[in-house]
Amino acid sequence: MRNFVSDTVAPIKPSGIRKFFDIVSEMKDAISLGVGEPDFDTPWHIRDEGIYSLEKGRTFYTSNAGLMPLREEICNYMKRSQGLTYHPKEEVLITVGGSEAIDIGLRAVLNPGDEVLIPQPSYVSYEPCTILAGGKPVIIDLKAENEFRLTAQELEDACTEKTKVLILPFPNNPTGAIMEKKDLEAIAKVIEKHDLLVMSDEIYGELTYKEKHISIASLPGMKERTILINGFSKAYAMTGWRLGYACGPKEVIAQMTKIHQFAIMCAPTTSQYAAVEALKNGDDDVAHMKEAYNQRRRFLLHRFKEMGLPCFEPFGAFYVFPCIKEFGMSSDEFATKLLMEEKVAVVPGTAFGDSGEGFLRISYAYSLDNLRIALDRIDAFIKRLREEKGKN
Amino acid sequence: MREELLSIIEKNSRIDIKELAIILGTNEETVLNELQKCQEEGIICGYHTMINWDKIDVEKVSALIEVRVTPQRGEGFDKIAERIYKYPEVNAVYLISGGYDLLVSLEGKTLREVSFFVSDKLSTLETVISTSTHFILKKYKDHGTVLEKKQEDLREKVSL
Repeated sequence: MRNFVSDTVAPIKPSGIRKFFDIVSEMKDAISLGVGEPDFDTPWHIRDEGIYSLEKGRTFYTSNAGLMPLREEICNYMKRSQGLTYHPKEEVLITVGGSEAIDIGLRAVLNPGDEVLIPQPSYVSYEPCTILAGGKPVIIDLKAENEFRLTAQELEDACTEKTKVLILPFPNNPTGAIMEKKDLEAIAKVIEKHDLLVMSDEIYGELTYKEKHISIASLPGMKERTILINGFSKAYAMTGWRLGYACGPKEVIAQMTKIHQFAIMCAPTTSQYAAVEALKNGDDDVAHMKEAYNQRRRFLLHRFKEMGLPCFEPFGAFYVFPCIKEFGMSSDEFATKLLMEEKVAVVPGTAFGDSGEGFLRISYAYSLDNLRIALDRIDAFIKRLREEKGKN
Repeated sequence: MREELLSIIEKNSRIDIKELAIILGTNEETVLNELQKCQEEGIICGYHTMINWDKIDVEKVSALIEVRVTPQRGEGFDKIAERIYKYPEVNAVYLISGGYDLLVSLEGKTLREVSFFVSDKLSTLETVISTSTHFILKKYKDHGTVLEKKQEDLREKVSL
């Protein structure tokens, strides 16, 4: 029999570190700080709206691009949060999570051989989606000394005449890094110089703990060259509803809508109705969750400081990214040993790119009670490692 | 900071002061000062414990009583409310808009005790026009806390 598997797909590595994940899932009593989704339930009024839509029999397809009232609410949200004006008919597409928007966004714009700049550490899907769309991923290794922000110099150095797209994943998973206005202004010049399209993944945009998140699309001259990706998963604790969206130039959105139409048809109808409620009446929920995240963020940073683990202050998402280089182990080794000896699961930084080596992603989408226990264990683990090291 | 501080200790009054300072991004002294001020200003009125009495073998009966009263000249409802809330078995008294005037929450050892209070103490007050007593059969949620259900983490152990 022939080998039926595609030569393009076969070499793509499965996401994350399979072996490590398998051990975690088998260890029933482990405390995990490894989750990339909120610990809150979707606020009840949003769930209720979803249930109500089912009761009313709204169980059919919506239009391909998504419910018009939802697209209008998204435009209202963009206006009030970023001062951006998008047209609900032509410049917004509702997708199955932000993930789908990443995939079809890249497919809609890439020609074979086009280079896509991917700053890492970052979410795992940009690289494989680029390859599947026929593009060539070019990795930019972000640095701890820059608090894992993308600098204009790094961007400039990575550009060639083949560069077409820059992925801008901020606020960042896994580092928690943000890009402030001055950072964005600096790279905007380079983006214009090289005539790049920006795919700005702002799924954590509501979760920043310094100033309000600023979208690069709101900078002069940037909206026309930006696909802004956002969704409901992180801000409204709606991961399982699988709902995201893309806003961008109508030419690009039209092509994305075409792929979406053939591949997906439309995003889940129930989720779309619930999302309308989220955008209309969910601001307080977001504020409450954000306040809780911020408290936990401060708690974790304080504990890592006490332990003497270097960790820059992350102002976004719900992750901290401490450095464990002093122990002379790879991130994977450290995480595995921590799991085996203390039953605490964290994600090795290398799951998000080679430049994550020497770091751990620690999620604070957990209650303070949970974090306290886990951090006590990490503390004990580190002390033991240092003692052992002292003896040798 | 005051609002955030209050909303934290409203849920967990036993939280360690040091930890409270950390999660609020300030120091212990500031937190202690703020707590002190809130107590002095009567904003913090007590530190109670939420207990699900159904779980232990103590007979306890709770009731909500709707009370209609005749407000008094110059004093409105305040005086009659005071007469009612002075009884130690009275948990809470609220002035209510709508069909009746005062909502009285009451706790007693037995049905008989509660009934006796209503018929003997409450109804006989001069300004009380009528009462309507509702016994509480089960508490599902109190003070923002669901009493029975244990929250379980349904998420996958690791996700990227």
